[in-house]
Amino acid sequence: MSESIRTICMPKWGLSMKEGTVAAWLMDEGDEISPGDEVMDVETEKISSAVEASESGILRRQVAAEGETLSVGALLGVLADGDAQDGDIDAFIAEFQANYVPPAEDEEDESAATETVDVGGRNIRYLLRGEGGVPVILVHGFGGDLNNWLFNHEALAAKRAVYALNLPGHGASAKDVGAGDVAELAAVLDGFMAALGIDQAHLVGHSLGGAISLQLALEQPAKAASLTVIGSAGLGSEIDGGFLAGFIAAERRKDLKPHVEKLFSDPGLVTRQLINDLLAFKRIDGVRAALETINAAFAPGGSQAVILRDRIGDIAVPVMAIWGSGDRIVPASHAEGLPDNVRVEVMAGQGHMVQMEAASEVNRLIDELIG
Amino acid sequence: MQLSKDDLLRAYRIMKTVREFEERLHVEFATGEIPGFVHLYAGEEASAAGFCMHLDGRDKIASNHRGHGHSIAKGCDVHAMMAEIYGRETGLCAGKGGSMHIADLSMGMMGANGIVGGGPPLACGAALAAKKLGTGGVALAFFGDGASNQGTVMESLNLATVWNLPCIFVVENNGYAEATSSKYSVSCDDAADRAGAFNMPGVVVDGHDFFAIHEAGGEAVRRAREDSAPTLIEVKTNRYYGHFEGDAQTYRGKDEVKNLRANRDCLDLFRARVTSADLVEDAELDAIDGEAGDLIEDAVIKAKAASRPAASELLTDVYISY
Amino acid sequence: MARKITYQQAVNEALAQEMARDETVIVMGEDVAGGSGADGEMDAWGGPLGITKGLYSQFGDRVMDTPITESAFIGAAVGAATAGLRPVAELMFVDFMGVCFDQMFNQAAKFRYMFGGKAETPVVVRTMYGAGLRAAAQHSQCLYSIFTHIPGLKVVTPSTPYDAKGLLIQSIRDNDPVIFFEHKTLYTLEGDVPEEAYTIPFGEANVTREGSDVTIVTLGRMVHVAHEAADALSSDGISCEVVDLRTTSPMDTDTIIESVENTGRLVVLDESHPRCSIASDVSALVSQEAFDSLKAPIRMVTAPHVPVPFADNLEDLYIPDAAQLQQAVRTVMGKD
Repeated sequence: MSESIRTICMPKWGLSMKEGTVAAWLMDEGDEISPGDEVMDVETEKISSAVEASESGILRRQVAAEGETLSVGALLGVLADGDAQDGDIDAFIAEFQANYVPPAEDEEDESAATETVDVGGRNIRYLLRGEGGVPVILVHGFGGDLNNWLFNHEALAAKRAVYALNLPGHGASAKDVGAGDVAELAAVLDGFMAALGIDQAHLVGHSLGGAISLQLALEQPAKAASLTVIGSAGLGSEIDGGFLAGFIAAERRKDLKPHVEKLFSDPGLVTRQLINDLLAFKRIDGVRAALETINAAFAPGGSQAVILRDRIGDIAVPVMAIWGSGDRIVPASHAEGLPDNVRVEVMAGQGHMVQMEAASEVNRLIDELIG
Repeated sequence: MQLSKDDLLRAYRIMKTVREFEERLHVEFATGEIPGFVHLYAGEEASAAGFCMHLDGRDKIASNHRGHGHSIAKGCDVHAMMAEIYGRETGLCAGKGGSMHIADLSMGMMGANGIVGGGPPLACGAALAAKKLGTGGVALAFFGDGASNQGTVMESLNLATVWNLPCIFVVENNGYAEATSSKYSVSCDDAADRAGAFNMPGVVVDGHDFFAIHEAGGEAVRRAREDSAPTLIEVKTNRYYGHFEGDAQTYRGKDEVKNLRANRDCLDLFRARVTSADLVEDAELDAIDGEAGDLIEDAVIKAKAASRPAASELLTDVYISY
Repeated sequence: MARKITYQQAVNEALAQEMARDETVIVMGEDVAGGSGADGEMDAWGGPLGITKGLYSQFGDRVMDTPITESAFIGAAVGAATAGLRPVAELMFVDFMGVCFDQMFNQAAKFRYMFGGKAETPVVVRTMYGAGLRAAAQHSQCLYSIFTHIPGLKVVTPSTPYDAKGLLIQSIRDNDPVIFFEHKTLYTLEGDVPEEAYTIPFGEANVTREGSDVTIVTLGRMVHVAHEAADALSSDGISCEVVDLRTTSPMDTDTIIESVENTGRLVVLDESHPRCSIASDVSALVSQEAFDSLKAPIRMVTAPHVPVPFADNLEDLYIPDAAQLQQAVRTVMGKD
């Protein structure tokens, strides 16, 4: 019987997540649920997001109560078919709870899970999840890091190896960004693939990372199995230069928060911990200079220096552009009028960090594109 | 040590400028226009000049509450000093320090100091910095017979020897710590005797004799600069005025100051010596007297005419960033 | 890349990285190397608790043992700071300020203002503080409020290894005089600390726990006591926000007031004595600036107004603990 009973468990969003708090149930017991439906809101110290169902069924039990804080993997709710017996469900829950072991305190922190590779004299830190197939490489944007993919990385890695790297000047990678322009950063991505023996990958880039991925796909067509750009740079001159400058200049929480809020459609997602983590990154020696160098090369005077829009039609492999219609950093109008080879997906109401805020839809689209 | 004619004229100009500065302050203070306390250096000018003649831009001095002479001898701007004493915005410290805290770090003057014995540890630090940075500079602390008994001074003498610091300690023993005689308050005949306990030379010089001071100072500065080693020098001197202006000085002997002025004045002794040896002519010194007088007159006029600091200055310059 | 190191290692690493970066940074103090002039090992101690151990071996005579003459060497550090060095002087225990306070509050603190804005005195005095080691009345005090009282000084009280490293590097790079308080019971505390050098700005309090019912403003070791109490109170449904001041001068009054405006209740937890203290200062601030937000009178949880006792049972009674804090929180919640 129990194979017809399925769990919804506390997800693990990012390497440092140990537990989450149930903010609100979005579905009632008895509701019919399909994969991708948002079942509940969970808050962690870093971020809040909706937990999405990965399977279908009727929500038979809300095991976790609102306000309850539970470890990663803990049982939140139970899905089952309509004909499942209550007694069987209760037995299933009892068995799960009896066998559930919360992850050990220091089971995996960032330094343990990530790896470093030397790319042309620079240490580049990356995280690998999954195995096999043509790998995916996730390339974050300006001021971001590999944690920008925390809602995507595991999901995409179910079917293949997925790499997320920290660009130079970001995360725990080397602070030397060289000229800091798109071409140099694309060369780093190229070198990263070479250093890890990756001949070809599905490139997925967000924002500046989109421009970098696009540049590499144009310069070295054989390296790209497909290209997905999200809220991408490189497709028009407009960009919120005030965001870039303000993000660099802000040294304190109060100064940084309004800039970071622009990234999201729901500013409530910008937790104190998210800001603290960004500040901790920005306070490291060399980061400010690295960001300033990149900004000066990438968006001098608040407009983008490299526009590859006219060449995107040259790409022979599948290409997709995903945008949030309400993107306040790089306008969604850049998704308009692209050549026919580009699949365009504009998500209504979403912001710049659409891969975080609409993770399951983005994950579904990428899976669909790369097959 | 042979002094050039230019050096002699420079020495005299320093001493005369200090004398004019202090004599004028004595007069002006009595009018009530100068706020706070002033402690005058008149009578002790040979000490400031005799030592500072050996110092240059690499070198630093730490001073005490009786610091006008040290400041002028180290090159502080006389107009800005006078304005400071009047509490004006044009003052050397923008009117926020006053007589007891005149400083100009750009001239190597680390500050007059309202705390007796406050300067010597600072001078040790300046000497340490010179040594670590390899500037070739030395540091010199002026302090009085009262401070010579302070723990900070003893500790600094010890530290200077332990760390081999290019530091010179100058006790200006003017006979009184406020109203108490050094014969009472200093446990030995000469404060310089204490140098032996700190394993450095201790030298006593006549504070009325510029040349004696200059010679002893020259050796101490050489020893600091070349050997990175400290010296303690006690200058036996006298002040012509009270501990502070307004001090009735009833503790002093009858005609003590009158006799000192008549027989032991460092400027008079200097003039007699250089003119009798035909090194300098009286007229040349008279010219300096006139120029010094004019300088101080101008400084007082400008200080009186200057504005007080803006009210907004109350809150500035506490921190560089806060 | 962050990894776990102790508070002690964080302090040592900050010193080593800054000495490597800037050769004008020197370290001085009693036994900061240890062994000077003796026949045995140099760098024997690294201070009485080994905090600076290894620096002499790396940086040679830029790490200077001093005679036990705090007036002279703290004063020398101040003087050297006006003359081109960035000295980090170690005042072994803050209780020893009695023999060098002049050098800090009349000299270092005053230069900039008194000299009309023309002086820079980039000196750091590191000092151990706090009760808990059975060290009794002259080696256990929390005297940061005395320094906080003095305009011209900056006062830093890190509570974690991360804060210790970032705030110490900031202290060394700062161009004003800083006194840096290291709680002696925190030295063995472990936490995530980046390998790279980084700074934390002064005057930015850290909200180390968010909550909605009561604001607990605290600092130093007491941050951990506040968390212990907040954990216990959360199971009773009381949600505490913990504000770690990080620096008491400058003090982040905005964050304190913002938090109290949200919670409506304030308990100040301070290991120091109650009179003229950080606790009374924060209480006065909130009374004046956020009185209308208060739903209950402010409570202060502090040590009693007595010297630190020696006997273990008495010292344990002396130090504010989570139980006292919980009681105070329940009082402001009207649940006692």
